[in-house]
Amino acid sequence: MKTVLDFLKNLGLARLIILGFFVFLCAAAILLRLNLAELLTSSLARIGMWGVLVLAMLPAIVSGIGPNFGVSLGILCGLVGGLTSLEMAYRLEGVVELGGGALFFIAILVSMPFAVMTGIGYGWLLNRVKGSEMMIATYVGFSVVSIMKLAWLFLPYSSPEMAWPIGRGVRVQISLANRGITRILNDFLSFRIGDVVVPTGLLLFVALCCFLMWLFLRSKTGTAMYAAGDNPRFAEAAGVNVNRQRIVGTILSTVLGAVGILVYAQSYGFMQLYEGPMFMPFVAVAAVLIGGASVKRATITHVVVGTILFLGIQVVAIPVANAFTADWSSMGEISRKIIQNGVILYALTQAGGD
Amino acid sequence: MAPESVLKMTNIGKSYYGTTVLKGIDLEIKPGEIHGIVGENGAGKSTLMNILFGMSVIHSTGGFEGSIEVAGESVQIQSPEEAMALGIGMVHQEFMLLPNFTLTENIKLNREVLKPNPVSRIFGENLKSLDFDVMNKDARKALDRLHIDIEEYASVAGLPVGHMQFTEIARELDKTNLKVLVFDEPTAVLTESEADHLLQAMKEIAADGIAILFITHRLDEIITVCDNITVLRDGALVGHRTKAETDVYELAELMVGSRMAELAQSTRDLSEKKPVLELRNLNVRMPGERVRGVNLDVREGEILGIGGLAGQGKIGIANGIMGLFPSEGDVRLAGEQLPLNSPKESMARGLAYVSEDRRGVGLLLDSSIELNIVFSAAQNQNQFVRRWGPFSQLDSDTIRQHALKYIKDLDIRCTGPTQMVRRLSGGNQQKVCIARALTMNPHVLLVSEPTRGIDVGAKRIVLDTLRKLNEELGMTIVMTSSELGELRSICDRIAIVTDGKVAGILKPDDSDVNFGLLMSGQKAEKGA
Amino acid sequence: MKPDTLGAATAKTANAAERKAFLVKHMVTIMFIALSLAGYILAGMTPFLFLMDIVARVSRNAFLVLSLIIPVMAGMGLNFSIVLGAMAGQAVLIFVTHWGVNGLPGILLCLVLVTPLAMFLGYLTGKLFNKTKGQEMIAGLILAFFAQGIYELIFLQFVGGIIPMNNTTLVMSSGIGIRTTVDLTGGLKYGMDWPGQLWGNDTLLRPTLPWAFLSVIAAIVVGYLLYVFVFKGKRPSPPPLIASALALGYASWWSIVQIQESTQINWIRVPFLTWIVIAALCAFILFFSKTKLGQDMRAVGQDRHVAAVAGIKVNRVRIIAIMMSMVMAGWGHIIFLQNMGAFSTYGSHEQIGLYSVAALLIGGATVSKATIGQALLGVLLFHTLFIVSPAAGRQVFGDAQVGEYFRVFVAYGVIGVTLAMHAWKTLLQNRARQEL
Repeated sequence: MKTVLDFLKNLGLARLIILGFFVFLCAAAILLRLNLAELLTSSLARIGMWGVLVLAMLPAIVSGIGPNFGVSLGILCGLVGGLTSLEMAYRLEGVVELGGGALFFIAILVSMPFAVMTGIGYGWLLNRVKGSEMMIATYVGFSVVSIMKLAWLFLPYSSPEMAWPIGRGVRVQISLANRGITRILNDFLSFRIGDVVVPTGLLLFVALCCFLMWLFLRSKTGTAMYAAGDNPRFAEAAGVNVNRQRIVGTILSTVLGAVGILVYAQSYGFMQLYEGPMFMPFVAVAAVLIGGASVKRATITHVVVGTILFLGIQVVAIPVANAFTADWSSMGEISRKIIQNGVILYALTQAGGD
Repeated sequence: MAPESVLKMTNIGKSYYGTTVLKGIDLEIKPGEIHGIVGENGAGKSTLMNILFGMSVIHSTGGFEGSIEVAGESVQIQSPEEAMALGIGMVHQEFMLLPNFTLTENIKLNREVLKPNPVSRIFGENLKSLDFDVMNKDARKALDRLHIDIEEYASVAGLPVGHMQFTEIARELDKTNLKVLVFDEPTAVLTESEADHLLQAMKEIAADGIAILFITHRLDEIITVCDNITVLRDGALVGHRTKAETDVYELAELMVGSRMAELAQSTRDLSEKKPVLELRNLNVRMPGERVRGVNLDVREGEILGIGGLAGQGKIGIANGIMGLFPSEGDVRLAGEQLPLNSPKESMARGLAYVSEDRRGVGLLLDSSIELNIVFSAAQNQNQFVRRWGPFSQLDSDTIRQHALKYIKDLDIRCTGPTQMVRRLSGGNQQKVCIARALTMNPHVLLVSEPTRGIDVGAKRIVLDTLRKLNEELGMTIVMTSSELGELRSICDRIAIVTDGKVAGILKPDDSDVNFGLLMSGQKAEKGA
Repeated sequence: MKPDTLGAATAKTANAAERKAFLVKHMVTIMFIALSLAGYILAGMTPFLFLMDIVARVSRNAFLVLSLIIPVMAGMGLNFSIVLGAMAGQAVLIFVTHWGVNGLPGILLCLVLVTPLAMFLGYLTGKLFNKTKGQEMIAGLILAFFAQGIYELIFLQFVGGIIPMNNTTLVMSSGIGIRTTVDLTGGLKYGMDWPGQLWGNDTLLRPTLPWAFLSVIAAIVVGYLLYVFVFKGKRPSPPPLIASALALGYASWWSIVQIQESTQINWIRVPFLTWIVIAALCAFILFFSKTKLGQDMRAVGQDRHVAAVAGIKVNRVRIIAIMMSMVMAGWGHIIFLQNMGAFSTYGSHEQIGLYSVAALLIGGATVSKATIGQALLGVLLFHTLFIVSPAAGRQVFGDAQVGEYFRVFVAYGVIGVTLAMHAWKTLLQNRARQEL
């Protein structure tokens, strides 16, 4: 009994409410006789879609910079990689025919150097603003997203699916369907159980990323990074260069952000530029916090649980609310806002003041 | 009529969670008296002051025993505000000043002189205007009493430290009902001439009829200004003395006292041994524990103790050698120059360190015992690491075996090597720290405050372990500790650090007077 | 070298150093003055269009930006949670519009009603900030997003259902939720800017720009002379007096010419009541900083620990600071919207925090210091940039979009840079203090 109480206490009020809400939604979905197979299918896809982006929070929290509100930097690197890979396909038309899978990996490869360089610079900055990382990260993210809005107007991408037929710059939303990148991971080894479609490739890819992260955390550098985040004074005394480990964490987070947005885009079928990446970090931050992480501690379990819970709620909430009453059409989006920001606020109060 | 006592504390006692830290303290002060309080760290001075000021740390832990009378009336002081209202003031050791406020604003902080205005008539007291003319005049008066000639409208930022101290005192003097003023180590941060100025000011304040409680470790200052002196040791009252009947030597002896060592004292003669660690003019900028030019030799195979009062710099020495705080100077290990300011270098050359801040620096509290034990060795010596090119993994099997060995050797009481360190008792946590240091196979082991905050039985085991390491493995140990008795029980020599320098090196069986004098910054009676 | 030349040399270098320090300190403001000027020249706007726009923008935004000053004073940084105050103001506007109270009386009713609501929200926000000390800004930002959810819940889902409201112009055709835009035309629009509107009076407290300018100048001159001669009882030194007399003379001459020739500029109407309200707020902030509570806030802002030891109720003072800011933000947003005349129900408050904070910082304020002058200068510069950048973008790149994206980037960028500079400086200071 006592352990059950301890467990609930560890979970915290905010998470209990969210868990309760999820259970309620699921029960409602069953009682209202909604199409469960459809719900499960889209839940699986949504969870896989966000998996890597949520995983990007892990190295940031573990290395001590806290939840990466600036993962939009990584997302932008991924988008640049994606656009470049589409442009390559266009320019090389008639020379080499690049398939969807090849383009997807080219996109990842191209985004990698950008993400690493960005991560180094961003980590350098975060080392200079210790104690205010979250706020700075948020505004660095906002600033860079808004300067990239200018950049999208000027970057020399000419492929017809990207450029506006008239006017300046690339489109707001770029379809990946023509190049066969859409659902390239989702459909890999995909199978059906009844009416439920399992996006095997997508889930395997997320699992692979988690496994690699798990291996990394057991390496020499991984343990050093963990110590730098958990207790910087201990790490310093044990001969670990704390600032360097924080940069390592930032680089990993940025790289995962880049890979994450490409995984997201292939499942969604589009790349969203301009405002697109602005508020994505908040979803990822909220997901890992809902999974049980704090701004100082996170594990792979937190990532997995949080992604399932938060994105599960998002998928189930809308049809349930609609089934109640057609007037409540915005309930899904509203509940996302309240849960997402409520859980971040809760985590901030738990971290305590200085 | 002889003046009544203005403050009388009778039979004061206090215990925290069953541990008695203060018992049977009596203290009586008359108006205009300067009363010195002397004692080592942990003697109970600060607990006594916390009781006097009604600090919440006292009341939240079950209050205290005994009674307090102010000006003849029995009082129950529940909060610092109440103490203030009764006319008890305190000049803090750390400055309670706001740098961007003027002297006036600081002196009048939260006691501003107010005048009403139309808005305040509607919205109340809080919106009354500040009356700067009156405030400035009051501040000027208080500063004049201390002979400070800085403008009261200057801002505090950038003032020399001494003037900040006087601003603090002026704030207390400005309180009209001030009866008792407590000075807590006020001269620690001052230059010599500033300190003289302060002592002079204290005499003048006392001459106005205010009683002063003067807490310091500088015995010569006590003898210079105090009328009466109270000596505390280990939470008990050792004695009251008047200025006439005592001297520095007696105070020093009373302060240290004879506590016979629990373990047999070392009688080895290691004076023939080569020095293995040589410190020349070592300076360490460790906040609160600054080291200012230490020269010290550690001989091969000995246990060297470093003692002294808190804040004097003894803790800084080991921290500086290990590169944890910015240091300068010349450190040689086995004849070779040691690059400073790099923990990695210090460890690579065969030093290992058990920190005084066990929970802050010594441990990853939320990690397993085994990770804590092997962490430094893995990071610095690639022990327990399997590598494949740029990739590596910690070798969990050997880590497990190694941890189990140390759990057995050091008798770490735990549920297993994967238990979280946070759940262990203080003594067992300390053993984990020692195990990590030993895993590095160090040439010289630096240990700071190894028994702080752990129970008596565990203390014994820790000290026995250190001695065994020294005797059986010939490991050189430098042990820093606030507990003199502990140092005297296992060390071959004890260096006493005062004002950031080595005041002298004593044998464990030297007299109490010598220890007391060195710790108070006096010269020892005779060479050790 | 002779001693006196040596002295002159050091004085010279000291002067140069001072000048450099001045430039570094005011770098942000100087940069934005240059940027605004360049934008103005590139945009090629007529002074008439520019002045009309800037008068309207500054008058409607100044109050909101001023609402940020008090939390800065109390050491709580830039109060991104004023968005909640704006929501409260908007909520009240919706209901007063629904009840059909129009014009100045309607605005006054709004101001009265929003006060307790904003105080309540401020109290809760203050409580939250006391639990997240040192992270108030990120907490305020997230709180604004959170409150956005609650606001949508109430006005999109509850109004018309749980909260009954029968009003076909305000409520969506389905009967649930407020429409996405609320039009104040014929109701609360210009309620404060044009106080005579309801009674058909066109000129009451609504002079043209040159007249307003002239009267402000007169007020400044009279006020200054009164201050010097009556309160201080001394003669001011001649050079500044002559210089200011010349400047004022030129300005009044300019005004008089505009009035005489009845130029376009003399068609621009100034919301004088709004100006008076803004001036009153400035005066209140000045007065407040010299009161007991203001002094407590400044103390808490410098060092919570020292203030607490001196017996100041730190948490209480912080909550009051946020409550005051929140009420001012509520009023400020009402002033803002009555000038706009229509608002997007679910969006118009969202950017309030961002733009107000950016304006304040452009004026030269930092996380730990903000003055009225900085707030007003900041509003002026920020909105100049806002007006000119799309036009400049069109002139230079043939695309107004460029300028629009640029000004948004400027808002985010200036906040990001100021925050980072402040955090870095604090870190260095802490390190230096430790090594003392």
